[in-house]
Amino acid sequence: MVRFENITKKYNNVAVVNNLNLEIKEGELVTLIGPSGCGKTTSLKMVNRLIDPTSGTIYVNGEDIMRQDPVQLRRGIGYVIQQIGLFPNMTIAQNVAVVSKLQGWNKEKQIARVKELLEMVGMDPASYMARYPKELSGGQQQRIGVLRALAANPKIILMDEPFGALDPITRDQLQGELKKLQAQLRKTIIFVTHDMDEALKLADRIVLMRDGEIVQTASPDEILRNPADKFVASFLGKDRLLRSPDAVKVEEVMISDPVTIEYNRGLAEALERMRMRHVDGLMVVDDLEHLVGVLSVKNLQADLKKGGTIEKYIVPHPAAVKTGQTVREAVHLMAQYNVGYLPVIDEDNKLRGLMTRSSLVDILTDVMWPGLDAPHELLPATEKEVV
Amino acid sequence: MPDRISIFAKVYTFIASDPAQFITVLQEHLLYLVLIPVSLAILVAVPLGILATRYKWIEKIALGVTSMLQTIPSLALLALMIVMGLGIGYKPAITALFLYSLLPILRNTFIGIRNVDPALKEAATGMGMTNMQRLRMVELPLAFSVIMAGIRTATVTCIGTGTLAAYVGAGGLGVFIVRGLQLFRNYMLIAGAVPAAVMALTADFLLGKLEYALIPRGLKNDNQ
Repeated sequence: MVRFENITKKYNNVAVVNNLNLEIKEGELVTLIGPSGCGKTTSLKMVNRLIDPTSGTIYVNGEDIMRQDPVQLRRGIGYVIQQIGLFPNMTIAQNVAVVSKLQGWNKEKQIARVKELLEMVGMDPASYMARYPKELSGGQQQRIGVLRALAANPKIILMDEPFGALDPITRDQLQGELKKLQAQLRKTIIFVTHDMDEALKLADRIVLMRDGEIVQTASPDEILRNPADKFVASFLGKDRLLRSPDAVKVEEVMISDPVTIEYNRGLAEALERMRMRHVDGLMVVDDLEHLVGVLSVKNLQADLKKGGTIEKYIVPHPAAVKTGQTVREAVHLMAQYNVGYLPVIDEDNKLRGLMTRSSLVDILTDVMWPGLDAPHELLPATEKEVV
Repeated sequence: MPDRISIFAKVYTFIASDPAQFITVLQEHLLYLVLIPVSLAILVAVPLGILATRYKWIEKIALGVTSMLQTIPSLALLALMIVMGLGIGYKPAITALFLYSLLPILRNTFIGIRNVDPALKEAATGMGMTNMQRLRMVELPLAFSVIMAGIRTATVTCIGTGTLAAYVGAGGLGVFIVRGLQLFRNYMLIAGAVPAAVMALTADFLLGKLEYALIPRGLKNDNQ
């Protein structure tokens, strides 16, 4: 439907889009995403010739767009922009009907189409058609912006961060509506955004760009499971990667500063440390931070009054995970040994951190309430699980 | 105090003694010194202002020349017209006032269109409007009140400066003022000056009303 072939766009000899090759199929919603300056908007605007490429060819419906009249080309492509861009001098009906009017539809057909579209998004035509844009809320205005793009029945719609200026709740609503509309209408949509949540929610395919080049093209699921490189992973954000326990390494979720004690310390000191840090167990290490075992308050209780070192109270840890192992593997170990915690060690048996049940709860929380921060202030208390 | 009362009485007697003459200068003023020069200026300056937003070189030349014209003292400009061969009478006056009106209208047209939100211009183009359609459907309606403000400025300036046109034989309310000055007759001077001031205020008020009536409801300020 839309094909970019070796597209390069240079400004003052600096390439903002560099040899872009991309094919967008009919009925597909593709998001172009990346940090600002990655060339996503430039790429979008080349499709309706608001920007002409320096070299390369863009085909729309198999036809080279440079051979088409730009005005005719644009009338066949819907366009929605972040600033909404409703014409304040026109009523809602006039705004929605603009393109169909440009295409020479008769008045009745224009009005019928406006009514149909307003009803489609649950806005009563009778009360909205004669209003002016400033009489509508931002969310309603952008609904109209989307309808305006749909009015003349284009097969292709370009959306340039359409919901970027809306408040989060309205944005979420409009994303939902777009998803519904798209399920019904199956337009070919190119959607530029810098919001990964939005891309994951809406896209059939995500095209991640950096410095004018495509870094990865994949479905939302695929990109979450197999980010192409560090850049993609960091753009997705650690929080989102947590959603797949296969992709997350234990060191990403472990407590990185567990309460430790050296094996030759005294009992009193061990107890004091537990009390200070509100834990009921300690990781015991040697001088070189190698993991030796664990010390539990339960084992000490009988001999609380005695002096001496902790050495004879140390018990070996039943299991440990190595750095680089996945959260899924850690969960298996916990289940297998029926423990609530796992020390995390490296290749040299050095203690690097601690996995606890609450680390897993954080992951779950993230799946169920994405974006909610882990309750860090509670972490010391949760170490009580070390038994 | 009795002096001042007598002056207004004199003004009244002066006007009432020959109302036809008063009506004539009023008409002359309105037609030759305001309507004709301002209308001509609109016909020239609005298209020129539009072109200036499209072509950088037109912007430079048009704004440069009109700004320069504005710096010439009005009386000197009137005299210059005579020197340039337009003779005396309406012609030099209309020409000078026309030139004077160009700048406010041209500048406001240019600024009004240039200041239309670029996002709206892009939306218009991106949806498939031609340059002319964009101008007609989007830019001119949105720039309308700024252009009108320029026309109001030009009109008020013409009414005031027009009183000087009497010096080049163009008639108008200036005739009373000039004659009053020459004959040291204050009532005559006031009979020209006060109606000119009233005319300026009225014109500004009426144009304001016209502007409000013409702008689309979506652009009106509700508190107006």
